[in-house]
Amino acid sequence: MMKETGTYEPVFTDDRRAKLDEIIARYPTKRAALLPALWLVQETHGWVSDEAMIEVAQTLFLTAAYVKGVVTFYTMYHQHPVGRHFIQVCTTSPCSLCGAERVMEALLEHTGCGDLGATSPDGRFTVVEVECLGACGFVTPVLIDDDFIEGVTVEQVPELLGRYE
Amino acid sequence: MGYPHTPHEKETVVLSKYFGDAEARSYDGWVQRGGYEALKKALGMSPAEVIDLVKESGLRGRGGAGFPTGFKWSFMPKEKSKPHYLCCNADESEPGTFKDREIMRWTPHALIEGCAIAQHAIQAEVTYIYIRGEFTEPLRIMQAALDDAYKAGVLGANAMGSGKQLDMYIHRGAGAYICGEETALMNSIEGRRGNPRIRPPFPAQKGVFGMPTTVNNVETLTAVPHILVQGTDWHKGLSLSNPKSAGTKLFSVCGNVARPGNYEVTMGFPLRDVIYEMAGLPEGRTLKAVQPGGSSVPIINREEAEACLLDYEGCVEQHTMLGSGGMIVYDDTADMVYQIMRLARFYAHESCAQCTQCREGTAWTVRILERILRGEGKMKDLDLLLDLGEQMTGKTICVLSDSCAAPVASGIERFRGEFEAYITGAREPSLAPA
Repeated sequence: MMKETGTYEPVFTDDRRAKLDEIIARYPTKRAALLPALWLVQETHGWVSDEAMIEVAQTLFLTAAYVKGVVTFYTMYHQHPVGRHFIQVCTTSPCSLCGAERVMEALLEHTGCGDLGATSPDGRFTVVEVECLGACGFVTPVLIDDDFIEGVTVEQVPELLGRYE
Repeated sequence: MGYPHTPHEKETVVLSKYFGDAEARSYDGWVQRGGYEALKKALGMSPAEVIDLVKESGLRGRGGAGFPTGFKWSFMPKEKSKPHYLCCNADESEPGTFKDREIMRWTPHALIEGCAIAQHAIQAEVTYIYIRGEFTEPLRIMQAALDDAYKAGVLGANAMGSGKQLDMYIHRGAGAYICGEETALMNSIEGRRGNPRIRPPFPAQKGVFGMPTTVNNVETLTAVPHILVQGTDWHKGLSLSNPKSAGTKLFSVCGNVARPGNYEVTMGFPLRDVIYEMAGLPEGRTLKAVQPGGSSVPIINREEAEACLLDYEGCVEQHTMLGSGGMIVYDDTADMVYQIMRLARFYAHESCAQCTQCREGTAWTVRILERILRGEGKMKDLDLLLDLGEQMTGKTICVLSDSCAAPVASGIERFRGEFEAYITGAREPSLAPA
């Protein structure tokens, strides 16, 4: 059973409601606006909580369970709060061949996250390993929030992280 | 690395002509470079005429399957009784492939033009461009280009003054390789989990929202305007080996190479020239293995790679596939066992888990390979992996399961000694004990 805590700040009011309505008009069904709606939730709250899933469900005339089923299928929706900056590093074969795992280790070390998926104690970073970022010729590709950074080397990691407070 | 890179003298630069040219991104810049002439021409033709032209050109799908594009379009109902849809597959997620990303980053209007022509040909009112969620930059650039195309009247209620309604929207994915499979992609657009659908019904009969639908790859659609302008003979002439493969193809060369990047060559071009002359091996290294079409195609060894001609037939002759053109190069320093395990991990992570053979098969493939890498493998594990691979091939709703089995089986066949070295202890374990 999904819980409501009563302190939830709704996403689809005013401008964001208008934005969602504009998106809904692009499709013949309301359900089709589900992925874009979840993106709006994540942009607003930083993650997709159970309460947000309930709001999305009510807005699009779906059940909350259905929405949760979709959220859990896609890896980019965060089902729990993450650090202020979310770092995704690719380590699939073409990147692995060129030493991406060492970049991943440097990111874990310099952020203080320690483990993949964990948030640093200061709440600044979360680092995850991602399966193929589709930039295999630009090793190592790293996605920090919406910034896609190509050709990251172990040596560049401290300076790169310094850009994100 | 990256762009702008000066094309190699042996490249045939058509789709990648403006890679690195930031001015080509804008609507005005694109028009100055001859953009939207092809669409104007297409809108003056009947849909059937456009389809015949593309059929005649010999263009085949660049996403991986190589299905003739004009034929695919011709499966759409001729008499319209309900809405038709075009879906542009920009979910580029096949490890080794990064060509669609560059097309969208540098020439967004080329893709919009290709989509609009296809949309006219299949009589679709709406195109959904499905872009993977991680492609933040292509998403921004494509959205800006779409906004400009609407403003300029290329799209909208009266597209280019033709009286036709052409609408185009971006649908952002959210992290799922499987959504590059066309029926999973349609489910994802509909707001569902990205599980592939059983065929039949095929998308042309019952696709997205239950309506006739065509799904085409970014590179395929981007090739279409050139065919409209330069003609079918020009396109058919772009063929160095087998006439069934025509046009140019982008190869995303990556892995152990000195100059990774997208190299555009005429169909039938020798693979060895792409690796040795264009991308180049790292200093002092020799070639060990190649996957010419992305991570899902069988791994071939140096001899096969050196004999391979890059077209659909040439790759099959050398026991692999052209696939998406994501060319992963392994040199003599590559640990094939570790890399194959890494590929298997990718498939295990990305399996949608609908089919037992895939859900269990990919997971067990990883576990067995990890056990070998920990120095805990047994000789019979190799036969077990091959047997497992057979059970994973041709038995599931989509080919993700087959795609996991192909590099494993082909890798064991060609590099058995490397696996055995881990098993006998001749090689130090590369994974820590569990």
